[in-house]
Amino acid sequence: MKATTWVQPTIVTVQDVPDPKILNRRDAIVKITSTAICGSDLHLLDGYVPTMQTGDVMGHEFMGEVVEVGADIGPDKLEVGDRVVVPFPIACGVCTPCVQGMTSACENSNPNAGAAEKLFGHPLCGMFGYSHLTGGFAGGQAEYARVPFADFGPLKIESDLTDEQVLFLTDILPTGYMAADFCDIEDGDVVAVWGAGPVGQFAMDSARVLGAGKVIAIDKEPYRLQMAEQAGYTTVNFDEVDVRSVLLELTGGRGPDKCIDAVGMEGSHGSPHIYYYDRIKQLARSETDRPYALRQAILSCRNGGIVSVVGVYGGMIDKFPSGSWINRGLTLRASQTPVHKYLRPLLERIERKELDPTRIITHTLPLDQAPHGYHIFKHKLENCEKVVLKP
Amino acid sequence: MALDSQARPSPSEIAVVGRALGVVSAALGVPLVARPADVADAIGVGRKPRARLAAQIVGGRELAAAAALLVRPSAPFVWARVAGDAMDLTLLGRALAGHGRRHRNRTVAATAAAAAITAVDVVAALRASRSGSATELTASTTIRKPPQEVYERWRAFSNLPEFMAHLERVDVLDERRSHWVASAPFGSAEWDATITEDVPGERIAWRSDQGATVPNEGVVRFVDAPGGRGTEVHVQMRYSLPAGGAGKLVARYFGEEPHQQLDDDLRRFKQVVEIGEVVRSDGAPGGKRARKEFPQRPAQPLSTDEYTEVTW
Ligand SMILES: NC(=O)c1ccc[n+]([C@@H]2O[C@H](COP(=O)([O-])OP(=O)(O)OC[C@H]3O[C@@H](n4cnc5c(N)ncnc54)[C@H](O)[C@@H]3O)[C@@H](O)[C@H]2O)c1
Ligand SMILES: [Zn+2]
Ligand SMILES: [Zn+2]
Repeated sequence: MKATTWVQPTIVTVQDVPDPKILNRRDAIVKITSTAICGSDLHLLDGYVPTMQTGDVMGHEFMGEVVEVGADIGPDKLEVGDRVVVPFPIACGVCTPCVQGMTSACENSNPNAGAAEKLFGHPLCGMFGYSHLTGGFAGGQAEYARVPFADFGPLKIESDLTDEQVLFLTDILPTGYMAADFCDIEDGDVVAVWGAGPVGQFAMDSARVLGAGKVIAIDKEPYRLQMAEQAGYTTVNFDEVDVRSVLLELTGGRGPDKCIDAVGMEGSHGSPHIYYYDRIKQLARSETDRPYALRQAILSCRNGGIVSVVGVYGGMIDKFPSGSWINRGLTLRASQTPVHKYLRPLLERIERKELDPTRIITHTLPLDQAPHGYHIFKHKLENCEKVVLKP
Repeated sequence: MALDSQARPSPSEIAVVGRALGVVSAALGVPLVARPADVADAIGVGRKPRARLAAQIVGGRELAAAAALLVRPSAPFVWARVAGDAMDLTLLGRALAGHGRRHRNRTVAATAAAAAITAVDVVAALRASRSGSATELTASTTIRKPPQEVYERWRAFSNLPEFMAHLERVDVLDERRSHWVASAPFGSAEWDATITEDVPGERIAWRSDQGATVPNEGVVRFVDAPGGRGTEVHVQMRYSLPAGGAGKLVARYFGEEPHQQLDDDLRRFKQVVEIGEVVRSDGAPGGKRARKEFPQRPAQPLSTDEYTEVTW
């Protein structure tokens, strides 16, 4: 089959690889109908996530049709022919975190747990196409994928919703929703969102449906800010204005009640000297992440507010504003998204038309053109917001 | 303990010597980092920025060695100190060759001191490595099943090879005795073992019989975890490798760090009990046979040949 594989930092290619096969009794093989490129893939592309190997199949946002199931999958759970959306965290469904809904902390899905434990103190769950720290599972920017624990993870789509309407249930819609969910939004809350990428846009939509009084989008790409504006949000271009003072102005001097970081480790900064400080440390491997949005979100948030972090960080950061965090009683929340628990509620919101995930799709390309898709998404070319690939 | 550890330094001796060296490292490191110029001057290499920088780097390294040795005194860290000593001698040698007569005496004195420290380190490292003392391992995990069930899964010894990387076979001979076959870095090993204690739902203790190539003993405890969290499994074991400490170093070199092995074995035991089998990925398709973490094979589906090989 054809698959998008990682070659070396900054290079992916589409090549022929063997078809996936059943390896465990609860596996299924899915023939992929739609798959997408995520901001997290850019961290892999650029080599910021350790343990990538040449030949690794990329992609963790995919859906399709079940074409084969393992011995332990009963027809009551999943059958050949079912149309499914596959959550990016691989989760067993029976360990304690899984039972509690924290599927992204599954204790049984990562065969390489020991390595992740060394880096992070405790292991991570398995994930599709997301380095060997999360197990070395082939991803879904391909024609087929093997899906472990297929009787627990995948959500069957039985209505006639299009792929485009449900594809983002795999990751970014639940992620944006979780970001807003972390905020415990109260009546009249001002929610500021750093990053108007796909995750940021969905965090804004979710803050809206959860009752925020005002939603503010912060980015530097005019077309992304415009997309947020069209959806009804106030925009701030951090390349043009001083973010903190504009936020104070927009909130009567209080600061946003809730702040969401939807940027992550590859953020950019308006002041070149600060950008290069962290960029150089990153290159020297004495810091792995460039946490501008996170620093700014903490400093901007009102006293006693919540800072919700869904942008991905991979290791260590410098100049973490701990004083601001602790002395002003901020709450910091973060996670890889336990997608499973949000699947049904969000599917219902899509069916009720409260959320329209298709609004962010700017490019639909054949799988062959995945490298081009990565290129325009990474470099913000052709007004690219989200790329959907069709195998 | 039936394990022979005479005539070799015990783990506690390595710990004492290692800690002592850790204190020496700290004593050397602190002034080097805090007052590099003064130290550089005192050993006669001058106060120039370069000398100061070198002193600071050496100091930083000493502090790292101190931290490592104080936290976990062991042979590899002692060898790391030897490598550090070699660096000091080189630096001082260059200083001796390079600068004028005036401060030579001080540098000569510093070099002599460094050489003496090196000698102590080499002796300590050699002794630590020669130690064939028993390796003691502990590991634990929590499994979401009642203690009795977890105990029974473990007590069925012939199933242990399903998740224990090095075990090839266990034949149960009678109620108390069993025959074990394991692969190891130095070939394969077989022994008979006897259960020394067996409390259903609580604990199983065993000891290898006389003449085992890898004498070993241990205990597994099954403890009710608080608040309905299942069962805590605590494993404590001791074994000694035939080639002694050297075998251990070699094993570690090939990525078979024993603590890691036991942790991974327990993780797979949890998988077997909770989900019924060992989880496989494209990078580690062999399940328990995927002993090496790095490099895994690429995260890419297996070819038909590779597939037949791993699914035997
Ligand atoms: N927690 C999770 O489970 C999860 C899931 C999916 C994605 N993510 C992460 O979410 C982040 C965003 O994903 P995406 O797909 O939207 O990626 P993206 O790269 O398209 O979006 C990031 C946006 O942030 C903007 N940005 C950069 N620096 C900024 C700054 N200092 N202030 C404000 N905006 C800034 C960029 O211009 C870009 O528009 C990534 O880090 C991704 O890894 C996390
Ligand atoms: Zn994603
Ligand atoms: Zn689980």
